[in-house]
Formats: sequence, C-alpha cells, structure tokens
Amino acid sequence: MLKLLKNLTKKEWLFALFCIILIVGQVWLELKIPDYMSEITVLVQTEGSKMADIIRNGGYMVLCALGSLIFAVGAGYFAAYIASEFSKNTRKQIFDKVQNLDTEEIKAFQTSSLITRTTNDVTQIEMLIAMGLQLLVKAPITAIWAITKILNKGWQWSAVTGVAVLILLGVITVLMIIVVPRFKIVQKLIDKINGIARENLTGIRVVRAFNAEKYQEQKFDKVNDKLTNLQLFNQKKFAIMMPVMYLIMYGLTLSIYFIGAGLIQNSVLADKISLFGNMIVFSSYAMQVIMSFLMLAMIFMIIPRAEVSAKRINEVLDTKQKILPGTFDGNTKEKGTVEFKNVSFKYPDADEYVLENISFKVNQGETIAFIGSTGSGKSTLINLVPRFYDATEGEVLIDGVNVKEYKTEALNNKLGYIPQKAVMFAGTINYNISYGDNGKAKASETKIKEAAKVAQADEFIEKMDDKYETHIAQGGTNVSGGQKQRLAIARAIARDPEIYIFDDSFSALDYKTDAVLRKELKNYTKNATSLIVAQRIGTIMNADKIVVLDSGKCVGMGTHKELLKTCDVYKQIALSQLSKEELENA
Amino acid sequence: MPRVNHGPGNNNYEKARDFKGAVKRLFSELNTLKTLIIVAFTLAILGSILSILAPNRLSDLTDEISAGLVINQDNMQSLTKEVTKNLNEKQLQKILPELLSPNMSEETIESIMQDNNISAENKRQFQEILTQFEDGNQTEAFSNLQKLPNNILEKIFTDSEYKGTTITTQDKIALIKAGKDLKQINLSKNMQNIFFQEITIDGTKITPQDQYKFIKTISTLDKNIGEEQLYKKLDTLPKSIRTVIEPTMNMSKIKSITLLLVCMYLASAIFTYIQSICMTNVANKFANKLRSRISVKINKLPLKYFDKHQIGDILSRITNDVDMIAQSMNQSLASLVSSITLFLGSIIMMFITNWILAITAIVSSLVGFIGMAVILKKSQKYFMQRQTELGNLNGHIEEIYSGLNVVKAYNGKEEASQKFEKFNNKVCQSNKKSQFLSGLMQPIMAFIGNFGYVAVCIVGAMLTMNGQISFGVIVAFMTYVRLFTNPLSQIAQAMTSLQSTAAASERIFDFVDEPEMSSQENITKHLDKKDVKGYIDFENVVFKYDGNDKPTIKDFTAHAKPGQKVAIVGPTGAGKTTMVNLLMKFYDINDGDIKIDGVSTKELTRENIHELFTMVLQDTWLFEGTIKENIIYNQQNISDERVKEVCKEVGLDHFIRTLSKGYDTILSDNESVSAGQRQLLTIARGMIHESPFLILDEATSNVDTRTEELVQSAMDKLTEGKTSFIIAHRLSTIKNADLILVMKDGNIVEQGNHEQLMQQNGFYANLYNSQFEQ
Repeated sequence: MLKLLKNLTKKEWLFALFCIILIVGQVWLELKIPDYMSEITVLVQTEGSKMADIIRNGGYMVLCALGSLIFAVGAGYFAAYIASEFSKNTRKQIFDKVQNLDTEEIKAFQTSSLITRTTNDVTQIEMLIAMGLQLLVKAPITAIWAITKILNKGWQWSAVTGVAVLILLGVITVLMIIVVPRFKIVQKLIDKINGIARENLTGIRVVRAFNAEKYQEQKFDKVNDKLTNLQLFNQKKFAIMMPVMYLIMYGLTLSIYFIGAGLIQNSVLADKISLFGNMIVFSSYAMQVIMSFLMLAMIFMIIPRAEVSAKRINEVLDTKQKILPGTFDGNTKEKGTVEFKNVSFKYPDADEYVLENISFKVNQGETIAFIGSTGSGKSTLINLVPRFYDATEGEVLIDGVNVKEYKTEALNNKLGYIPQKAVMFAGTINYNISYGDNGKAKASETKIKEAAKVAQADEFIEKMDDKYETHIAQGGTNVSGGQKQRLAIARAIARDPEIYIFDDSFSALDYKTDAVLRKELKNYTKNATSLIVAQRIGTIMNADKIVVLDSGKCVGMGTHKELLKTCDVYKQIALSQLSKEELENA
Repeated sequence: MPRVNHGPGNNNYEKARDFKGAVKRLFSELNTLKTLIIVAFTLAILGSILSILAPNRLSDLTDEISAGLVINQDNMQSLTKEVTKNLNEKQLQKILPELLSPNMSEETIESIMQDNNISAENKRQFQEILTQFEDGNQTEAFSNLQKLPNNILEKIFTDSEYKGTTITTQDKIALIKAGKDLKQINLSKNMQNIFFQEITIDGTKITPQDQYKFIKTISTLDKNIGEEQLYKKLDTLPKSIRTVIEPTMNMSKIKSITLLLVCMYLASAIFTYIQSICMTNVANKFANKLRSRISVKINKLPLKYFDKHQIGDILSRITNDVDMIAQSMNQSLASLVSSITLFLGSIIMMFITNWILAITAIVSSLVGFIGMAVILKKSQKYFMQRQTELGNLNGHIEEIYSGLNVVKAYNGKEEASQKFEKFNNKVCQSNKKSQFLSGLMQPIMAFIGNFGYVAVCIVGAMLTMNGQISFGVIVAFMTYVRLFTNPLSQIAQAMTSLQSTAAASERIFDFVDEPEMSSQENITKHLDKKDVKGYIDFENVVFKYDGNDKPTIKDFTAHAKPGQKVAIVGPTGAGKTTMVNLLMKFYDINDGDIKIDGVSTKELTRENIHELFTMVLQDTWLFEGTIKENIIYNQQNISDERVKEVCKEVGLDHFIRTLSKGYDTILSDNESVSAGQRQLLTIARGMIHESPFLILDEATSNVDTRTEELVQSAMDKLTEGKTSFIIAHRLSTIKNADLILVMKDGNIVEQGNHEQLMQQNGFYANLYNSQFEQ
C-alpha cells in the first residue's frame, strides 16, 4: 500500500498536504461550532442578554459552518484530484508493465486476473484515497481534538463517553468477527449459484436431452437456499447494528444530560450556568467523538480490502521482465530463413524439458510443419520464434541472427504470427486487417482487400452491411470462429512478413476453405517462409518439411511420404485421420 | 450512522423504462410476503413517531435542568424584605438611644474634660455634642459622636443591657463609627440578635447571623456587577440562605422524564431491529424466490431464446439484478417509509410546537436542498459519463490483455498505449468531477443542519425574549431541524436506488414473462423406450428460424430405418445443428412432420422424445460434480458396476482409476481433464442412457492422436444397434453411412449415399475432393 503511494507525484503530495491542511481547518471550524452553540444556548438561556449578541454568535457559527463547508469542498476537490490522478497513473503503470510481461508470467497471473488487477483493484485503492484520505485524516483529528476539548469538563461525562465508545467498538468488533468470515462464504456461494446457472445455460441442450431440468433446478435450489440462509444470518446479525448505534448515541446524550442535572444540582451557584453550557457542548462534542470512532471503524473495514488490492497490483509491478530486447535493427542479407540449433526449452521451475534438442532449418519460400499430440511442444516451439519464450539452451536464428539480438520491433517486422485463437479488436474490419505496425506504411485499401481475398475472407466481408467498414465487436463476438480465423490470417498477410507462423490457425476452417486458403497463400507469398502447427494431416501433408514431435523430442523429420515410411508416430496420426487408401491416393 | 457510499462504481444509475409499472409489478410479486412488509412498515412508522416525540421530552428535560440555573427571585425578594425590615434608619433612630444608652453623667463629662490624653479640640467637639443632646437634637448628636476618638467614646459608652442582652463598649463604638451606613457595621453576635429576628422562608429557618451575613453580602454589591460575580458572591452565603434562594431542580421529575426517554429510545431501537429483521426476511426470501424462478424459467424457454440472448446477460439477472432488488428491499424500502414518516411528522410537530420556528426551519433548509438537488442532478450525469468511460477503458484493457501475443507480435504496443492513454485520461477527468461532486453531499448536509440550527436559535431567542416560548422549545427545534433535513437526503438516496431496482426488476420480470415452450397438456401418446423399433421419417419438413425471411429447411423428406446411420455433412456454419434441434424437438417445425415409428413428434412430449434419443455433442459439457454423477446424469437405477462397465467400454476406466478418488473425483476445474477425456466422459454418459436413437457430433477438436483413436472407437461402439444421426467429420463414417444429408447455408442441398452423391458430382463431390486437392 505504502509502496504504491510512492507513485504520487510531487504535485499530488503537495495537493495531499493542502488537503490535510484544509481538513485540519475544517475540523477546527467544525469543533468551534459547538462553542458558539453553547454560547448561543447560554445567551438564549439567561435573561437580559441582548439580541445583538445572539445574532453575532449565530453569525459566527454560520460563518464557521460556511468556512468548514468551503474547506470541505476544497479538501474534496484535492482528494478527488489525487485519487483520480493516482488511479490514472497506477493504471497506466500496470498497463505498460503488462504489455511488457513475458508470456510465461502472463500465464502465471492469468489474463482475467491481470484485467481485474488493472481495473477493479485500482478502483479499490482509488476509493480508499478519495474517501479514506479525508476520513483517515479527519477522524483521528476530530476524535483527539474533541476529546481534549471536553476532557477537563467533567470526568463523569468523559467516563460515560468512554464507555459509549467502548461499547460501540465492541459491537463492531464482535459483528466483524462473526460476519466477515461468512461474507467470504457468501461470495463463494454466489459464484457457485452463478456456476450452476451457467452450467445449465451452456449445456441447455444436454440438460433437455437428458430431461434433467428438475435435476438442475434442485441443484440450483440447494445452493440458493444455502445462500439465502447464510445471507439471512448475516443480515440479521447486522440488523442489530443500527439500533445499537441509535441507542448508543441517544443513550449517551441522555446520560450526559442526566449526569449534568446531578452535577448542576450539587454545584455552587456560580458554576451552574457554565456547567449547563458545558453539558450542551459536551453532548455535541461527544457525538463528534462517537462519529469519528465510527468513521475509523469504517476505514478499518476498507483498508484491508484496499491492502489486498495493493498487494495484487504490486505483484504485477514487481515482476521483472526476463526477455529483454536486443539492439540489432534487423537489416540482414539473408531473408526468410529460420534455424533452430540444438534448442531446448523448459519452464524455469520445471524439471522436465518441454522441448529437447531441436534442430532444423528452413529456407526462404519453404513451408515447415509441426505435428504431434497435445503436449508434444509444437506450440511452444514456434512461440520461441517471436520470443514469447526464450530458448533455455541452444539458439533460434532468423535470417542467420539470433532472435535475442533483434530489437523487438525489428524482429516482429519479419514475422506474421497467427495464434490458435484468433484475436479480434473492436474496430472496423479494415482496422483489424491493417492492425499494428510493420515498420512500413500502413496497409493500403487495395492491400487489405488483397489480403482478405487470399485469406478467403473477401466473400463474407462483401456480404456484410458495411463491407470493410463493418464494425467488429470487442472480442469479435459478431463474427464466427472460422471468420475470425480468416481475418486473423488476412491480418498477417497484410503485413507482408518474411516468415509466417501459423499456430494451429486453420482449425476452425472446414476442409475445403482450409485447402483453398493454403493454396492461395502459397501462390501469393512465394518468397515467404511458413511455419505451420496443425492437428490435421490434411493441412500439412504438402509441406516441404514436416517435424514430428513427441513429448518434446523430434521423432521424425521429412516429407509426408518419407515420414509415412520412416516414422511410426506420424503413421499412427495419419492413419487415425485418413483411411489407407486416402493416404495412398494423396 | 452515516451511510457508506461504496464509491461511485457501485452506483447504478440505470433507469427503468416504465418506473411506475415496474414498481407496481414488484409489489404485486411481493404479495405473499405482505404480512411481513406491513409489520415492517408499521414498525418503521412507529419508530419514526417515537423519534419525533422524543425531542419534546428531551426539551422538557432541558427545561427542567435549566430551571436549576437561575436563583429563586421570589425567595430572594421576600428574604431581602424581611431582613432589611429592622434595619432602616427610622427603626434605628428609634432604638438607638436606648440601645446605646450613653452615659452622660457629670462624672463622665468631668473625667473626659480632665483627661490629659484628650486633645483640646476633641474636648471642644465633645462639648458641642453635649449641647446638641441638651437641645434634643439627638440625630445630629449621634452622627457627630463618630468623630470623637475612641478614648472619649470608651468613657461615654459602658457595657449595658438591652432587652436582656449585654452590649459591650466595643459594640457600641462600632455602631457609632458605622454612622449612617448601617450596612457597614460589624455587628457582634449579640447585636445581630437584636437587629434580626429569626425568619422562616419556604420552611427553612434563617438565623439572625445568616441574615446579617446576607445583608452584608448584598450591601457590598456593586450595581453593575456581572452575573458571574454575583453568583460567586452568593455562593459565599450561609447554607440556610442558599437553600432559600438557590435554584432547585425537580430531580424526581428529571428522573421520570429520563426514564420515559430511555423507554422511548429502547422501544424505537427494538422497533427498528424487528423492522430490519422483517425486511431482511422479505428481501432474502424474495431474492430466493426470484432466483429459483429464473432457474426454472431457463428450462422452460424455447431454445430460440438463447440464440438471441447471451448467457452473461441471463446470469447477471440471477446475481446482479436479484441482488439489487434484495439490497434495496433490505435497506431502502423501510428507510424510505420511515424517512417519509419522519419528514412529514417533523413538519407537523414543528408546526404544532411553533409555527414561526417551523417556517424558519423549513425555509432555511430549503435553500440548501435546492442547491443539493442541482448538484445531485449534475453528479448523476458525471457518474453516468464515468461509467461509460470506465467501460471503454476496461474494454480496451480486456482486449489488449487477451490478445497480448498478437499485440506484441504486430508491434501494436505503441498504438495500444496511446489508446489506453486516451481512455485513461477521459476516465480520470470524469472521475475527478464525479468524485468531487459526490464528496460535496456530506458537507452540504452538515451546513444545512448548522444553518437551520442558527436560524432556529436566533428566531427562537427572539421569541423567548418576548416570552412566547420556553428555551426547551428551541432545544426541541434543534432536533427537529436534524430530523427534518436527514430524511430528505435519505429519501433522495432511496429514490435513486428505487430507480435502479425498478430497472432490475424490469429485467427480471421481462425474463420471467418470456413466452415459454408450447404447452404439452393435451398430449396423451407415449412411446416406450423398449418398444421403439427405430424408424424416423421426415415428411415435407419446413422450418424457419424466427426472424429469418426464408425457411432454413424447406420441404425436406427422408427416411431412416432401424439401425441405419445417417451422416450430416457440410462446411462449418452450414446449419448442421438445425437437424439436431429439430430431431430433439428443441424447435417446433413450421410445416410437415417428423415421425418416430410412424408417430408424429407433435403428438409426443418433449420429455418422451428426449428419452428416446441419446445425444453426444461436440461441446463436451460436464458439470461440477463427481465423475460418477457426470456419467449417470439424471438416470435412475444405474449401478456402480454399470458405470464401470461403460467406462471400460469407452476406455476411460484406467484413467479414472488413476485419479485420487476414482469415480468420486470431483470435476471442479475443467482443465484437470483433457479435452479427449472429456469427450470420452460424454460418450460414456450417452452409453448409459441406452436409447433407440443416437445423435452424435463427431468433431473432435484439439485432441491428441492417441486419445482421438480412443474416442473414435468409443463412438463406433455407441452407434451399434441404434438409428444414428451423425454430424460426420470422418470420411470413413461418411462413406459407410446409409444416408448422407449434405447441408449448405442452413439447407439440405443433397441426400443419398456416398456413391450416389459422388455420381451426382455436385456440392458433396466437390467437398469430398477438396480435401485432397493439391
């Protein structure tokens, strides 16, 4: 938490100081108000006091109130300013950090968690600053100030106030101890209820096919009842809070008055009036004390939440980037070659290698394919090229230069990467296809169209209402999986890369589209090198070189025909997908 | 207790389409909980009434206490009268000669005249006085006596008796010296007894000594003395006097008022407590009912509903919207009732107590409230703006984070950062404004309270001075001002939350009111699973999705015989699932008929049809529960042995037994089981279902080779002896199918077996060949 506060700029610290000064002023004026109140009370009380005096004191009191309002407004402005600026800067910091995080760390954090860290967690702290800063400063100052003001005005009253504060804190503590752990369970149950409903919705066909509606409903009702009972328990416990607060406050006022009556009765005449004034003042100061303890209690409820958020944010910010860019600007003589030299890869904490001693080389214009069962390391292998991971041992060379030596941009300019799950950005189709920066001018409209044509996307784009200006919703929810994949491929084509990396990028396409697309692509990018990861034999069997992976090891390399003869693993895969005659026909 | 505003993020400023209608509907739905609500509302009103009545008692208490501040003027006056009765000049002159009884005998005169210690001047004065005495000019003589030195006076005044009391020389000298200013005399005790008689005021006896002290004190007072000093002087008086003049409080009355107040506060607290318990019950029971209704409704809606609505949308009704309603029931509803009662009640009470002060209080608060309303309106605008901006920013963050690899690989970081900066700045700007404005509410409220207080005090003081009201009334009004201003802001808050509640309930009831699937009440036919032979006939089936202009399937006729395999093929998005939807009666066909063993599916219940079909789809749906539960899924009388048998058959048994808890392992995290294994589990589930018909989606995505083999063979086993409809992906399945339905753009374009279709050389042939084109 404190660590994050270091992010505040000098200006913001200065503003914080202003804010604190204003709050102190505000408290000072607020605590002056009861003085005038009692003055007015006494004036009204005693016969023969002049109207002018009452008006004067009333005027002072209104001035104090107005002043405190103005100070509060000022403090509020500064607090809002600091909170907003802080959250803006922190968010920016996290965002920049995440953009530079290594894939491995992103996996460890999980994307959804990173999103909440950037959004909700920041908002939590922002709230603490906006509200807490004021309360945090105000509550203790008010409490201490008010206490010193009333401390010597009668120990009996002080004792009663002390008891009231203790009861207040006691009730809050007990409630917290009982209820807070249950709140966590409530959250879990809500998640569970959500889960069951989601389950029912995503599997609606299955649920109905198995006539399992009642089964689901019963499951839902069970959790629903549990949730309701727990909520009832919690809220019933909390229901006691308000009446208790009410009793404490009024009880305290009453006690002060009652004790005051006794004190006045037993005091000498000279002290009576001042005692009465003190009584009135005391009761209002005592209220302030109670209020500020209440505020403090509230802060202590917010702080732990913000603390958790701060911790989560710091986790992200403290992560060290391991994959650092090189300095090479990418100007190579060689074009389109990819070479793996005895490359091995394992995750930092893992014992087992994901990839072991992989070596191969592809030249410009060639296609190399990687096949193997899930977990064989195909995707990891091609992820070493754009440096999503760095090889643990060995070298990955592009155009004869180790990828680690390239500047990030220079390396990326050579590559056209298409992930397994096509990524769409909110924006037009044009925007999506021309996305990014390849060191050259932005793709022209003709280029975009060309790319779409090659990617077999032209047809469906033309059918859309606004054609290339059609808006793609966030996450591409308004286009189908196959369409997304084709757009993602078009995006890579529009980039004119030396090397294409297809990470199982044809899986959502039907056989026909898949085949046509690859053929067109081959024609269009004669000089480009392709790295293809695929599950389907049909997709890869025409590759110049096929690398067969099994548990991270290369168990075969060659053309389709060669491998059918030499590589058992390959043969098995092929046979599971195609019949013998089809294999022979091919 | 100040209401914690959990940040603007939680404020929902959505508005209902039809606020009145939504609220009406909400309350009509609450009908079953009417009693509890009425009890809660009644208690809320009672509690508020007590809160309104309490200030008057508190003002009585203050009046009683302040009665103990001012000295008892009546007693003071009568005391002064009594005491000074004996001490006026006339009285003195009457008794003085007798009291002093100067010894003016010849001897005395002689002894004075002959005393050498006495100056000639003094002797001359003495003689003068003597002449005055002789002239009968007593008053002048006595006043002149005080000019004489003590040595003369000592000789004149000797101890004598007055009314049985010995009066010493000293006393006499003192008396003489005091002269006219009788109050300055230091009287000895004997003298005091002569001047003052014991008196009784209010039952308190006051001795002459005390009276003397009183008169001494009073006489030394300056006319312009301050009140405080006066009281200080008074405090030095003897007890008997103080008892008489000191203010008294009616302690017993104070005690009884306090007791009454304690009772009122306690009752009010108990009312509040019971009220919140009632509302908590109402809120949670209602929420429970709503959730349950939504859950039931999900299963009553036709599938077409889910084509148009997103899952997240429905889920958010179950959680967010229901929560919204429950929360506002729990917090806002009762507080709205009590706030309104407080508001109206305090206005009434104010007018009853004093109309001038009432108007003062209302007018002075009103000014503030107008300002507040303006701010509230403005801040709402900024809150909405903030929500939108935040939504944009979050959307962007989500987009970039989830596509980070692409962003990186396409050098899109710069662009992403720029966009982020833009959104972030916008959020920051609207944040500042909305945070600032929302922070204003509290201080303004406080100011209104203070302003009202002063206004009431000043006007009240004027009225008090005119004697129109007592101080207690002002005290009562100080509370009324608070009682009057607080509920207004609470009402404003409750109204905002009521707005969102209306919007939420509208969404929920929209969902609950969605038209359900066609009624099945008139269906009497039932096909028994065991007796069904396995015929399926499509006869001129016409089907159209809602909202589509053209029918998806027009005039489709096909026949499947028992045990036959029907393959459905076509490119992605060709509408293969439409066939599944129609077979399972998930959708009703528009025209034509689908018959099972010659019986129209229109004459069978959906449940009956579902019983006859085993369906294994591509999206392997598993739920959180044990493996066994997932396999048995809602089937009755399935033994553990049967589960094991099936799992062995599909090749899962070994895998399941490697798990820590075997068949009782909970599939909590979907990732713990690989895609292939999930597929096998759904196949096992289908096998247990044992029915004459099968719908199977062959697609296996991202499954490794070995598992895929397992899956294939499991699927083959599943089709044995069943009339099967297979969404085919394997060429072997397609080639062996008895009937191939070729779909394109949602329509069945060709049908026949492989050879027939290849001969047609149409779409199917094209599709088949494409896979192996170079």
